[in-house]
Amino acid sequence: MNRREFLKRSMVVVAGMAVPAAALHLIDPKQLLAAKPDLRWAFLVDAYKCVGCGFCVKACKLENEVPYEANVSRTWVERYVVKKDGEVLIDSPKAARDGFTTKKIEVGEGKFREVKDEEIEKAFFVPKLCNQCENPPCVQVCPVGATYSTADGVVLVDRKWCIGCGYCIMGCPYGVRFFHPVHKTAEKCNFCYHRISKGMKSACVDACPFGARQIGNLRDPNDPVTKVIMTERVGILKEEYGTKPQVYYIGLSKEVR
Amino acid sequence: MLHGEAWTVKELFVYPNEYIYWTIQIVMYPFLTGLVAGAFVLSSLYHVFGVTKLKEIARFSLVFSFALLPCAPMPLLLHLQQPQRNLNVLMTPHFTSAIAAFGIVFLTYGMIVASELWFVYRGYFVTTALKLRQKPNRTLSETVLMSLYSILVMGAWDVSHHALEQDEKAVKILAAVGIPVACFLHGYAGFIFGSVKANALWMTPLMPVIFICSAVVSGIALCILTYVITMELRKLIITWRRKENPSLPSPGELGGVETQVVTMTSRYLIMFLILAITLELLDLIFRGYTAVKSWDILRSVIYGKDFTAIFILQYGLGNLVPFILFLLPGLTVRRAVVGTILVLFGVFMMRWNVVIGGQAFSASFAGFMHYHMPIWPHDMETFKEGLFGALMVGSIPFALFWLLSRIFPIFDLKESPPSSSRH
Repeated sequence: MNRREFLKRSMVVVAGMAVPAAALHLIDPKQLLAAKPDLRWAFLVDAYKCVGCGFCVKACKLENEVPYEANVSRTWVERYVVKKDGEVLIDSPKAARDGFTTKKIEVGEGKFREVKDEEIEKAFFVPKLCNQCENPPCVQVCPVGATYSTADGVVLVDRKWCIGCGYCIMGCPYGVRFFHPVHKTAEKCNFCYHRISKGMKSACVDACPFGARQIGNLRDPNDPVTKVIMTERVGILKEEYGTKPQVYYIGLSKEVR
Repeated sequence: MLHGEAWTVKELFVYPNEYIYWTIQIVMYPFLTGLVAGAFVLSSLYHVFGVTKLKEIARFSLVFSFALLPCAPMPLLLHLQQPQRNLNVLMTPHFTSAIAAFGIVFLTYGMIVASELWFVYRGYFVTTALKLRQKPNRTLSETVLMSLYSILVMGAWDVSHHALEQDEKAVKILAAVGIPVACFLHGYAGFIFGSVKANALWMTPLMPVIFICSAVVSGIALCILTYVITMELRKLIITWRRKENPSLPSPGELGGVETQVVTMTSRYLIMFLILAITLELLDLIFRGYTAVKSWDILRSVIYGKDFTAIFILQYGLGNLVPFILFLLPGLTVRRAVVGTILVLFGVFMMRWNVVIGGQAFSASFAGFMHYHMPIWPHDMETFKEGLFGALMVGSIPFALFWLLSRIFPIFDLKESPPSSSRH
């Protein structure tokens, strides 16, 4: 081998080594789409507008066939009563399915507590539902992969594959999951995926007479929900868990759990 | 019927969907895996580290570990809402989940214990099978035993000195590999709890280590206890049988409980007990000192609602009392038995306080949940997740142990073939 030949071959070797192995990886168009899809569902709750009528809970139970009398629900409304002495009372009787029909506050074990009007500093309602987290702990802990995130950001449960271990229920810091009394598998709010994927709104959004609940597409800058989330001051629940929840709240208060 | 509603009582504000979903069976699960791992570690002390004083109990605890092994996943199966789908975990394991690898870890460990057991008993199988083959008029049970041993030998009939030495070498290697795997199996159970970030009581990196230490404690305790009970029972049975057949060895010839074995073993128990308590207290102090958001509710659970279960039953009766019993000079077998029973109870309470205690408060940090364990079952669910379900799971290992001891003799009978006495 002469010098010319040696240099030529060396250059080929160096050039070959310079090509990183990653560059040879074929790009899957599906992966690209999932990384930046044109749809990401998000929810906006205006707590100022909620009056605690419970129509959303009722509609949800009927729409999603969660037994009406069972004491579990995909969505619920909490009532917060903050007293002048700083005490905070919270309740959600029957998940607020029938609304809040009495001033008495449920304190568990079938007992109620009455608070005089003049003792109350402030009181408000907070609707709750699944946060469809961007980093969902429930999906992380499912041992069989029966619960998963869709490309458009909704966490779903496969009732045919769930083994019912309850690890996802334990893993959710928001307490949105439960066992379906009939199917005996993990159950949760999915933003009425069967409706939103057909262009409809979720049942609770349609049922709310005051517009406290709205659903929208975060990827669409002209979506009214996105506009509010981008331009106004909104809060999220339990940020410290690092779950990146996608239900945004207007009018959150420090007492909200 | 709503899962959890039958035994959960809510106090103050609890999210509507929150119930005590993990009940007594999930208390049994780490308790049983702990016993498996602990019994194995005890047997390895002899095989690997050559603690010859544990020779007597080493083989015993290995067989016991093997008997406990198939029972460890039983509580998991019983608590599943869809138990018939349990194989999904092996079919589509989702490895970001801490429980997805359970089947793999468990089966690996099971194979290690099974092969170690085989190497320990191979020589005995061969000699017994050959002896029975030459026997002219065998009873039915002898024939069954002979064919069973012949199958178990799996063609390895070589019992030369060299071959038996190879067996011992294999036992040593397997026991050595088995220790980290046993610790992993149980540390893994701790990780399942410790990694749940949504649960303020469970989330601590110390959880796997605490679980391993208390596992060894409980495993050793159960081995001591069963060892003493079996020895005594054996003596009783022999005395009773000798009335009909005086040619059997006398209880004196059989030899009773060796106090030496019990004292030696309980020394290891104490060591691991100190380690476990130190870590648990470190965890508690650290939580109180850092006092993050969840501390308020944890404090009211630890020092209020669960005070009796944690400080009186677990630390007091389950740790402190046996600690004193074992450390007082002149340890007798009787005192050791009381001590081991209390230690087992203490470890059980520790599992209880982790599993049930972790669900004693709402994720809202504004309310509490109480578990009322179903005693008399009125349907399948209250049976499975109640007292009798737990008792059933807890008693099966003993039945299995009895059955296994028919095949794998755990004692050195003076009349037994010499090959079995090498352990």
